[in-house]
Amino acid sequence: MSTSSTTEYQASTPTGKIANFVDTRVGASPMVREFGRKIFPDHWSFMFGEVALYTFVILLLSGTFLAFFFDPSMAHVTYLGSYKPLYGVPMSTAYASTLDISFDIRGGLFMRQVHHWSALLFVAAMSVHMLRVFFTGAFRRPRELNWVVGCVLLIMGLAAGFTGYSLPDDLLSGNGLRIIDGVIKALPIVGSYISFFLFGGEFPGDAIVGRLYILHVFLVPGVILLLIVAHLFMVVVHKHTQYPGPGRAENNVVGYPVGPVYAAKAGGFFFIVFGIIALISGLFTVNPVWNYGPYDPSPVSAGTQPDWYIGWVDGALRLMPGVLGDFSFKWNIPLPWGTNTLAMGVLLPMIPAAILIGTMIAWPWLERWVTKDNREHHILDRPRNAPTRTGIGVAGVIWYCTMWAAASSDLIATHFGVSLNDVTYWLRGIFILGPFIGFIITKRICLSLQRKDREIVLHGREAGVIEMTPDGEFRERHERLDDYRLYQLVSFEANRPVPAQPGPDGKISGGEKRRAKLNRWFYEDRVEPVSRAELAEAKTHDHHDVPDALAATGSRGTLEH
Amino acid sequence: MSEQSHGGPEHSGAVEHAGVEESGKYAIDNPGIPPHRPRLADEDPRAAKRAERQVAVLFGISIIGTVLFFVGYFVVGQIGPDTEIGTVRLQNMLLGLGTAFSMLGIGVGIVHWAKTLMPDHEVSEARHEVRTEEDRQVAVGMIDDIVEESQFKRRPLLRNTLIGAVALAPLPAIALFRDLDDSDNRSELATENFGVERLRHTMWDSGVRLVRDPTGTPIKASDVTVGSAFHVIPEGLNELPPTEHLNQKAKAVVLLMRLDPQDLQISPEREDWNVDGIVAYSKICTHVGCPVALYEQHTHHLLCPCHQSTFDLTQECKVIFGPAGHALPQLPITVNEEGFLVAQSDFHEPVGPAYWERG
Repeated sequence: MSTSSTTEYQASTPTGKIANFVDTRVGASPMVREFGRKIFPDHWSFMFGEVALYTFVILLLSGTFLAFFFDPSMAHVTYLGSYKPLYGVPMSTAYASTLDISFDIRGGLFMRQVHHWSALLFVAAMSVHMLRVFFTGAFRRPRELNWVVGCVLLIMGLAAGFTGYSLPDDLLSGNGLRIIDGVIKALPIVGSYISFFLFGGEFPGDAIVGRLYILHVFLVPGVILLLIVAHLFMVVVHKHTQYPGPGRAENNVVGYPVGPVYAAKAGGFFFIVFGIIALISGLFTVNPVWNYGPYDPSPVSAGTQPDWYIGWVDGALRLMPGVLGDFSFKWNIPLPWGTNTLAMGVLLPMIPAAILIGTMIAWPWLERWVTKDNREHHILDRPRNAPTRTGIGVAGVIWYCTMWAAASSDLIATHFGVSLNDVTYWLRGIFILGPFIGFIITKRICLSLQRKDREIVLHGREAGVIEMTPDGEFRERHERLDDYRLYQLVSFEANRPVPAQPGPDGKISGGEKRRAKLNRWFYEDRVEPVSRAELAEAKTHDHHDVPDALAATGSRGTLEH
Repeated sequence: MSEQSHGGPEHSGAVEHAGVEESGKYAIDNPGIPPHRPRLADEDPRAAKRAERQVAVLFGISIIGTVLFFVGYFVVGQIGPDTEIGTVRLQNMLLGLGTAFSMLGIGVGIVHWAKTLMPDHEVSEARHEVRTEEDRQVAVGMIDDIVEESQFKRRPLLRNTLIGAVALAPLPAIALFRDLDDSDNRSELATENFGVERLRHTMWDSGVRLVRDPTGTPIKASDVTVGSAFHVIPEGLNELPPTEHLNQKAKAVVLLMRLDPQDLQISPEREDWNVDGIVAYSKICTHVGCPVALYEQHTHHLLCPCHQSTFDLTQECKVIFGPAGHALPQLPITVNEEGFLVAQSDFHEPVGPAYWERG
């Protein structure tokens, strides 16, 4: 019981009265107190997640508009709308209403293009955001679960894209659906039944558009919305990570307060993202369904491409050889009740996708198991300071991009006038070797960059000033860095391999031996940060008459010659 | 910016932090946040005024953009049957440019405002533990009390029957989805050949004429010259109701080509499946079901544009490149008394992609 002797606060202005009313009912003051000046670190690479969030908002807005006019029915109609080339053509209601949105509703075409371009950007922004998180080690404790939420968001983004792509029921999306149907049918035991259940009978049937529609406008975006809430909630709980640098420490967060600077920048950025999407949508056509015609199982246009984010799966399908000489990857398996078929030519290409997604989700635990690093990390790794992880990431990117490029193998062949078969053979080679080569090169680059950092710390940066010594030697002047810049280059840990540890029974288990082996592989090649002694040693070699912007000479000679 | 706080949140020691500043850990100690570098507008009121004007101009551009949108919407006006395609494009462009200026004006304006005029002092805030040890102990105590009061552990009969009931209760919800495929209740053909058997059958049958897709005109053997190719459907397909039409067409489409009979390598059991070098093959790719739409006449190759599976017509459409795992099924054809091409029977194997029950 608070028997307050002070009189209750009375607002004087009308705005104040409304604010006070809300405050006394829901408690806005504590919220403002908590979040009003909350600190967010600032870096350009933190922007991609924002782009993903904003494009999703734009998708909700434009999608709601489209849903007012789109009719997800496969009932057959004769098109009588404004687009003359298709006048009188029989088609599904879904396709006809898509044409109506494009040609008979003002702004409909624009909103369709906004929706489609935003979807492309949504998945792209999520992907780049995840690369940023991976390469900087932001997934480490305590953020592992948020990484998993992010992975599921990416997968749901693909699901949203695919279900939406198939709605207009045009020739292009219909052929896309047919490919999905073929892949589903390849699944052992359940494949043909899943296909029948999905399509309400045989392909294409008259149910699929309505079913995809409810997934696309309700279930998938609902799940995405919930996951975004969980994602942002965890960002608040953990507070944002920050790059290493002066003033930054594991136990603080350095940046700008939400109000006003961060809110203004982030809020303004929403309008910028919207503006750029509007610009693209006003100027560049995307998915001109009127060119493709209604779905018909017989025709198909050459050189068609799926939306970019489905490309890697489609490309994996293309890379797989169906037969090698007389050996077919369609396996007929004799079983007691008859012969069953395993379409390995379709199933095997799904394995890279499973490996990529599985590794991505499990990565925080994999890395923690190998490195035995179970500490909290709030300071990000610069990618060069985690050479093995960066190498693995690049290997994954190359693997993904090879599959992605394979989805355009026919366009690569026609654009560059080379043999389609050769393109496929080359891509198969890159698919197998590329990740390894990418890993090795990336790791070497990281180690070189670390050595370069060391050199800059010890001997200063190249000033771009050439000096001639009295004996006629030409030298470039080097300038010592200030402490702020220096701290950024030296404040990282050199992780040394952790040898196999005996278990509680005093023995080293086989798993532990393998872990130690992986751990050695992870950390064996490393460049140690400059130590205090080394820095002091380097400073004594400098000229003593120039205390802070020094021309390093003596030690440099031995290093460069 | 008064709330500068460096380090020192209460750590219980339960969680280890990477690199928490023991002094001497790195080559130099953390020098702290660099001193603020004043911007032009921080020191020069004229620069601040200039920035203010720039932001206002950007907001003005946004207003012009919104007006532009309405010009596009109302002045270009309602599109209809007589609208030129160029007008549609113009309207789309004006709506796009209008929205773009409207949004970019606001966005760039606000960001410019934040960057030039709002304070840009970096501030440090302490992190707190996700979970303190004290919280954990209190929570564990509460949960113990809750479990105890519910008697969940003490009464295994209640617990076990509840687990059993909850495990079974969702099953009806799964069974409920059985009729996602209710086609066996609806289509005559489906009832005859329940389930996957449907995938084995197409409309082709003995005596069914080969007709052109989509016109439905029958084809005489004499119409098919060497080197020509026809897209073919079974006669009667176009008379089916719409959905059945698409379902049957998805299985029944055929490519008809005539080659020099000497180019064809024919296996003994298929000797009479062609008519003087006229051969008919399923158009549905055996990989994942795209139409194999590209016929390269001089190499006698059929190419699927989706995943580039390539089939050699001269070797009974054997796979010679790409991901398909088996040859395109051949439709045995012959000529009837009137000289029209007809099917001898249905395909002898399922068309399209392989599936588990295919055999």
